[in-house]
Amino acid sequence: MNGGQDLGGTHGHGPVKPEPNEPVFHGEWEKRAFALTLAMGMPGGWNIDMSRFARENRPPGEYLSMTYYQIWFAALETMLKERGLVAEDEIAAGHSLHAPKPVKRTLSPGDVAKTLHRGGPTERDTNTAAVFKPGDKVRAKNINPPTHTRLPRYVRGHVGTIERVVGCHVFPDSNATGAGENPEWLYTVRFDGRELWGSQGDPTSKVSVDAWEPYLEPA
Amino acid sequence: MSDHDHDHHHEHDHSELSETQLRVRALETVLTEKGYVDPAALDLLIETYEKKVGPRNGARVVAKAWVDPTYRARLLKDATPAIAEIGYAGRQGEHIVALENTPKLHNMVVCTLCSCYPWPVLGLPPVWYKSAPYRSRAVSDPRSVLADFGFTLPKDTEVRIWDSTAEIRYLVLPMRPEGTEGWGEEKLADLVTRDSMIGTGLPKSPEDIAK
Repeated sequence: MNGGQDLGGTHGHGPVKPEPNEPVFHGEWEKRAFALTLAMGMPGGWNIDMSRFARENRPPGEYLSMTYYQIWFAALETMLKERGLVAEDEIAAGHSLHAPKPVKRTLSPGDVAKTLHRGGPTERDTNTAAVFKPGDKVRAKNINPPTHTRLPRYVRGHVGTIERVVGCHVFPDSNATGAGENPEWLYTVRFDGRELWGSQGDPTSKVSVDAWEPYLEPA
Repeated sequence: MSDHDHDHHHEHDHSELSETQLRVRALETVLTEKGYVDPAALDLLIETYEKKVGPRNGARVVAKAWVDPTYRARLLKDATPAIAEIGYAGRQGEHIVALENTPKLHNMVVCTLCSCYPWPVLGLPPVWYKSAPYRSRAVSDPRSVLADFGFTLPKDTEVRIWDSTAEIRYLVLPMRPEGTEGWGEEKLADLVTRDSMIGTGLPKSPEDIAK
């Protein structure tokens, strides 16, 4: 979606302000919001692409005025409510008011370390051959789906070079809508700064994105 | 809740943040009562990323690459198994690529679309990494971003920005500081900063840590 999350090349956000000796979390609520988000992945049954869409799918002004853990928490609430796992009256009351829906699995303390260590690899086997090879010139397609995509606006329509064939990976545009993983070939595509930003681009800069085959066409 | 329960980077109406705090607490109670989460598992998740997984992990990887040329070669060829050799793997680091800085090439990592970051080697991302100023300008004006960090690159050094748009996570392998000949891995790891592994800073020099 062309939402507030797609920030590459936008202006007016001011300087980057690194915080000296920044703590991992700013306050107790960030810790709990973070942990709840990770722990609910298993019983919630959603995937990472659905989570990302739930985070970005809000008015841009709202997205930009929230802290990152506020965005995470808001997305968690959305996904829980969409699936009927929690209702607003329960959050308002601070207690469970309705019978729990059956869930497949929950995260036990004994499973935390191995679950984190396993992670969620996205590479998949395939019988198809990659269409592009390193050195090929490709154009990022001009696509504008209102649903989740990982092709940022700033590269759409621009010509780059295939730098690396990464492998066949879960396709987020499909996975985010529940239409299945539909793995596609993934490439690292390199663009010149001047190709992306015109005469205002830094001639010494190059930018790459990781782009799935459906995002690309021969150039 | 402690007095530190405020956000340092966004100025928010205090009541709005208090409402978030209350809702987080309420939701945790609801999810616990329903049997969906176990608070002991939540504590362990927090402890893992507060105490165990952080940039010290990445610093050990970098220091090993600085002293061991065969390890460096393995890391640059296929970083995921090379990093797993030292015991770091998993969530948000399932597919890692290491990027070698040279006198002619400086690498810098961003996620313009969200907050993708190599957790097993760097821990959770700092606020600035997830914020609009960094995500907007890293790709269009990287040298001005480096200037925000007080860092100037030579004019003829190529700046290469890696936008983490898929599940590939990037770790910058910075150049080894001068004056560290004969140093062991542990001592070298003390020079490796988090920002030097994102590409927004340089490792410390021997003089920096002597201070």
